[in-house]
Amino acid sequence: MNLLTALARMLIFPGLLFAVPAAWFFLWIERMAVARMQQRVGPPFMQPFWDFVKLLGKSTPPRPGIAGFILRAWPLIAVSSAAGAVGLLPVLPSSGGFEGDLILLLALLELPSICIIAAGFSSRSLFGEIGSAREAALSVSYNIVFLLAIVSIAASQHTFRLEALAAMHPSFLTALGIAAILVCLPAKLHINPFSLPNAEQEIYAGPMTEYAGPELAMWELAHGLEWVAGTGLVATLVAPHIAISSWMGAWLAGCIFVALAFGIVLLLSVLAAATARLAIDSSVRFYWQATLIFAILAISSALFMRFRS
Amino acid sequence: MKFFKRLMCTARRKSPWLFHMNSGSCNGCDIEIVAALSPRYDAEQLGVRLEGSPRHADILVVTGPVTQKAAGAVKTVYDQVCGPKAVVAIGSCPATTNVFIDSRTLVGPLDKHLPVDVYVPGCPPRPDAIIAGVAKAAAILADRELNGPDAGPATPAAPRPPLGMTDEKGSPDVAEVRQ
Repeated sequence: MNLLTALARMLIFPGLLFAVPAAWFFLWIERMAVARMQQRVGPPFMQPFWDFVKLLGKSTPPRPGIAGFILRAWPLIAVSSAAGAVGLLPVLPSSGGFEGDLILLLALLELPSICIIAAGFSSRSLFGEIGSAREAALSVSYNIVFLLAIVSIAASQHTFRLEALAAMHPSFLTALGIAAILVCLPAKLHINPFSLPNAEQEIYAGPMTEYAGPELAMWELAHGLEWVAGTGLVATLVAPHIAISSWMGAWLAGCIFVALAFGIVLLLSVLAAATARLAIDSSVRFYWQATLIFAILAISSALFMRFRS
Repeated sequence: MKFFKRLMCTARRKSPWLFHMNSGSCNGCDIEIVAALSPRYDAEQLGVRLEGSPRHADILVVTGPVTQKAAGAVKTVYDQVCGPKAVVAIGSCPATTNVFIDSRTLVGPLDKHLPVDVYVPGCPPRPDAIIAGVAKAAAILADRELNGPDAGPATPAAPRPPLGMTDEKGSPDVAEVRQ
């Protein structure tokens, strides 16, 4: 039974069967929000799906040797780690078995961006290398804040277990931590104002410049899954804890999760549509100067409360 | 198998991604291409996306009579676009070299260098004509998925408008949108 529920979590909800359509849906919301903000009609509902299918049917340039193999491997690693991160989200409490913890979730969330950096450099394209260098610089700056915020939440709850974190009671401290995570999400998802790594038209397509066809489809899917994982993480932290004893409770928890994730996607997409791309020095300065203070405040107060109790 | 073929055919029709290539244009057509993506014309309704890299594109949108310097670049970019692909010639310049005809700096028109699928005439063409041309190119891509493998001859030879004439309404592959 444990194995069955664990498999259901990985494969159905919030795993692959839920995550892939949700990824396409969030990509559509992202494009639609930009369209609506510009008073356009925007792409049709199925657009990300059609894009995915079309990309699967395109040819790729020949990539001989081990370098080509590595180049093809990065998008697959990115997709699988992002899907794994979604599968780990504690939407429904598991009944024992493998649960995973916050550290694993953070590692899986971080892997796609490392893949992007590696992909840009291994593509040997000048634009890819510029994009990767930008992604690396950005990753160093936002991750400090992101990790400090999450660690402060974990420290205030005395645990790294995901379920305990999902069930925590809201406080000022956790609100501060969640706000810090929200500030980091645009950089993690490479959307405006922090769309530097894949700055379209400016450095062609950044690390993805050399990718084509099915490989590019995998990158698009990885991006969508990152949306689901990132917003899902915030949604599970924000969601009120529901004691699940029946199917009704599970349904309710699932619906609240989806609604909260949808709200966060909408918020971030509107922010992306309303802002322009910042230069790399402004982005790095924003995270190191403006938000680091709040993250340090959060973690120091969390540690202080921990020693007091 | 047939289901997947039909699915791919629909996907090709619904998701044309463009790469825009200027081969010595006066910028008039380029401005109209940008206008086609603007809120008034909103080509994204058809799934059109302007891509930064030719590797991502399905449809190569070329403006300008092909100048000597641009000829090599046009061929390189065409080879960088991954198949199945289509070429749309925007404006009268790539179709006939327009007012620059017989210039010694030109090696155009475009179909000396690439197999052109759709001509969109006009100097410059209206944005809705450009959108119609792109939609037609996407339909050609979908057709090729259904009727023949894309491994064969890349494109059927499109009838080229006669020199000096810019508005070819009768020609089968010219986007038939009123100027």
